[in-house]
Amino acid sequence: MSYAKRSPWLLHYDASSCNGCDIEVLACLTPVYDVERFGIINTGDPKQADILLITGAVNDQNKEVVKQLYEQMPEPKVVVAVGICACSGGIFRDCYNILGGVDTVIPVDVYVPGCAARPESIIDGVVKGLGVLEEKQRKMEAER
Amino acid sequence: MGKRTIVPFGPQHPALPEPVHLDLELEDETVVRAVPSIGYVHRGLEKLTESYDYESMTYVMERVCGICSFGHGWGYTGAVEGLMGVNIPDRAEYLRIVFHELSRVHSHLLWLGLLADGLGFDSLFMHCWRIREKVLDVFEAVTGGRVILSYCKVGGVKKDLTPEMVQRIVSMCDDIEEDMRRTGYVFMKDSSVRNRLCGTGVLSKEDAVELCCVGPVARGSGVDNDVRSASKWYREVGFEPVLYDEGDCWSRCMVRVDEVVQSLNLVRTALRNLPDGDIAVPVKGPAPVGDFAFRVEQPRGEAFYYVQGNGTKNLGRARVRTPTNINIPAMVRTLQGCNLQDVSMLVITIDPCISCTER
Ligand code: SF4
Repeated sequence: MSYAKRSPWLLHYDASSCNGCDIEVLACLTPVYDVERFGIINTGDPKQADILLITGAVNDQNKEVVKQLYEQMPEPKVVVAVGICACSGGIFRDCYNILGGVDTVIPVDVYVPGCAARPESIIDGVVKGLGVLEEKQRKMEAER
Repeated sequence: MGKRTIVPFGPQHPALPEPVHLDLELEDETVVRAVPSIGYVHRGLEKLTESYDYESMTYVMERVCGICSFGHGWGYTGAVEGLMGVNIPDRAEYLRIVFHELSRVHSHLLWLGLLADGLGFDSLFMHCWRIREKVLDVFEAVTGGRVILSYCKVGGVKKDLTPEMVQRIVSMCDDIEEDMRRTGYVFMKDSSVRNRLCGTGVLSKEDAVELCCVGPVARGSGVDNDVRSASKWYREVGFEPVLYDEGDCWSRCMVRVDEVVQSLNLVRTALRNLPDGDIAVPVKGPAPVGDFAFRVEQPRGEAFYYVQGNGTKNLGRARVRTPTNINIPAMVRTLQGCNLQDVSMLVITIDPCISCTER
């Protein structure tokens, strides 16, 4: 990837993660990994976010929240599922309260495996997400 | 008297890394009542005992929470060892203390960072997390994982420390202590931190006892209920509980600052006196009929593990009672009558771990 055209803003939501992936997502923002050098900022507001980062699997209580957050984000948007829980349910897939990976409720663009996903692979996933974001942007412009 | 309004707080909120929902009933700016509702992270992992045998269940139990993951592994394996009547080697006990205390260092630094973030003190947040990475580097070097370690197993621990590794951990402890001298000073003396924390959300000693608080919340109100005091091994490495009497947000914060330094000392003492010998004993066969309970002082407070054997390889029941669960009534009590601006501080200072609470 050469230059990113935008500074993408992240929205992080913890679906039902064990915190392992969560704190690795946060670790990406802090000095050692520092994703801010790519112009990436963590925001708390879905209306300003370009990339939705979800950790953890989806359950009955939070599936509405996940859907709502996704719908509130403006187009174009990218969803990155972080951790094996978010990809498929992982070790918890047999639990009675787990519906499965994030893709059971919203479309997912990038899957980041690992339990817990490492900061390096999370950053890689987000950078891949940037590519998808640009692609979607281009498509939107062509359709206009 | 103003009109009552209800303000929802969460489940997705910038001050919280985890989803918890509070309905705050306000009169002007003052909170009259706070009603918590949970369940966003519930997975139901205790029921997995039916599909995993007691050994592989360790991996599930470690994922009760990724921050104090080692402690959950220890609590669960400790309970299973008790049920099976196994005594683990001394060296394993010491290694467990080393890793548990290192986990406490990383957990408290993580929390101090989140507190600084909540205060809007970004550079302090970054410094705390920078220091914390040093612990994670050691974890990665020994176990291969940064947050989920899988270091405990039923019967002991999985990997021995080489003398070079011991040396590396000791010098890392010295390094962090040096960092903490400066960072801890900011929490102790900086006026913007003190203005926000001192006198906020006071929990009296009587209330703390009545509401059965645990961990730094209780110790910040002067209640000594650290379960490490009851452990023979912890007494050997010279453990003393850290207590503060004020009961406000600041004293809960200082308990954690002091515990970081204390844990570093415990780690160094344990490594200096590390006994020789095996690191694990083999454990085989089905779990006998019976039950056993085990307690561990997690970074957030006492956690209680209960296992029940039914004569097969799968346990009949494995249960955890986690510290945040116990501290939520105290949070609700301190929220009553507080200012709306202080809500995020009060929620943060009990160090909620929702993933533990709901499992
Ligand atoms: S993938 Fe692993 S570390 Fe991440 S949330 Fe799931 S269990 Fe926790």
